[in-house]
Amino acid sequence: MEIIVLVKQTFDTEEKIHLQNGAIVEDGIKFVINPYDEYAVEQAIQIRDEMGGKVTVVSVGPERAAEALRTALAMGADEAVLINDDRIPVDESAISKAIAAYLNNQPYDLILGGNYSIDNGAGQVAVRLARLLDIPHVSSITKLEVNGNQALAQRDAEGDVETLEVALPALFTAQQGLNEPRYPSLQGIMKAKKKPLHHMNLDDIGIAASDMFATTSRIAISLPPERMAGKVLAGDMNAQVTELISLLRNEAKAI
Amino acid sequence: MSQTVLAFAEVRDGKLRQVAFETLAAAWLAAGPGDQIIAVMLGSGTASLADELLARGANRVYVVDHPVLQSYNPEAYLAALQKVIAAANPRILFFGHTAIGRDLAPQAAASLGAGQISDVVAIERSGQDIVYSRPIYAGKAFEKKSFLSGPSVVTIRPNNIQPAELGSIQGDVVAVDYPAPSLRTVVKDVVKKMTGKIDLTEAKIIIAGGRGVKSAEGFKPLEELAEVLGGAIGASRGACDAGYCDYALQIGQTGKVVTPEIYFACGISGAIQHLAGMSQSRIIVAINKDPEAPIFKVADYGIVGDLFEVIPLLTEQLRGVATR
Repeated sequence: MEIIVLVKQTFDTEEKIHLQNGAIVEDGIKFVINPYDEYAVEQAIQIRDEMGGKVTVVSVGPERAAEALRTALAMGADEAVLINDDRIPVDESAISKAIAAYLNNQPYDLILGGNYSIDNGAGQVAVRLARLLDIPHVSSITKLEVNGNQALAQRDAEGDVETLEVALPALFTAQQGLNEPRYPSLQGIMKAKKKPLHHMNLDDIGIAASDMFATTSRIAISLPPERMAGKVLAGDMNAQVTELISLLRNEAKAI
Repeated sequence: MSQTVLAFAEVRDGKLRQVAFETLAAAWLAAGPGDQIIAVMLGSGTASLADELLARGANRVYVVDHPVLQSYNPEAYLAALQKVIAAANPRILFFGHTAIGRDLAPQAAASLGAGQISDVVAIERSGQDIVYSRPIYAGKAFEKKSFLSGPSVVTIRPNNIQPAELGSIQGDVVAVDYPAPSLRTVVKDVVKKMTGKIDLTEAKIIIAGGRGVKSAEGFKPLEELAEVLGGAIGASRGACDAGYCDYALQIGQTGKVVTPEIYFACGISGAIQHLAGMSQSRIIVAINKDPEAPIFKVADYGIVGDLFEVIPLLTEQLRGVATR
């Protein structure tokens, strides 16, 4: 079983966002594997351990993203590929085309990724990739079973549970609840240092720079207005509740 | 030159979702003079709902009615949508940022070679330029984006764009021929857990519980309050991780980002990851035993107290008001 896992490096969820000259400040930020991608890595390792094969983690990003790939290798992935090229714009269409170009020359049975990345939150690249490769996909999965040439996946559809069967090769995106991602063991971290991490550019993956164009552009970025602390009520609890209802009704006009 | 703007009209449990009217409104916001607004409705046995889309401002409704579209099948839905795209040649396509839209829109974008702007909360049109605002980092920041070229695909976050209002019925309904495509994807089973419940992303009122609810049973009083207010239940990661509730209810940087009219945070301390998911709510009410809890720093109204005392009182008084 050849398993590809799409990984993005993102800010840690604890980080606050600061802006400078219309850009997000990255200095001093702790980076992690996108939390949804961790579920994908874990699932890939479990499937490989059960069925045999190889897990290759793939990322498109700057050099710092190698750290996220190392973490995935330490969790148990076998090989990593970092596609890093300044000619790839930060654009979901271009990034999915770059990954598709790389995979066109690779064997794969399963492709796993996160449901979306917690930074940009667009949730496009994996689904676009399935289309570009012309393979079936199921997004936002909470369960995955592989049986021969078929896979059975449960999809979280806003709380409803849909069970879909697809023919392999196929792509899946992970939703919370799929599994409990492991922490890299000390031994895993040591082993990861010796595992292959390939650096590739557009020439290596065989796509023309002219195909790498952005379809959208960012015009402005801003921080939301800070919320002010409001009124903390006091007094007898019954009276507080009465006051709250009255405030919601008359001041906030919300009920 | 006039062009066609498409609004994907989502059907759930035999009814048009509120977000269907919001995509129609979005289409109107993005449309220029003389542009044609079309709605697309995919489903099985739902064709009779088309009139409501005409009444809400669609110039034309394309209906694809087929048993395979009864529930969401990624391949079958894309194939049906592509039939409509081939017939209508839209320049901008709007979807809800919902379980279906999040899956269908990027498929459509990739197959059109189009750009996509996801999870849009506001649309402004100035002359030829259409500017889309969207949250990033789950709402810790916002960006404004526009398209550089080609067809445009947009998903809009439910509950943020004023829905198209009901007017008189104008325009026509086109039934699209859809021979059953051969599919590599089969929907085996759908378990409807949310039937009759209000979806979190569309809820006007959310009652969310954190570790302070202490158990699955502890959500009971929250559910009673939700019933009285017509709200939906949400949760913090703490409550989900502790196994008190399903991950589908989680609100935060991982989980759902919500923007209701009122957000009741009950026994939720207010970690930064949770705040990212709910701080754009219009009114925040915090109920927590710990007066130092960070949630009070963002709450419009706070009650320091035991949620198991406060919430039943709130439910009881609201019931009293309702029946008075």
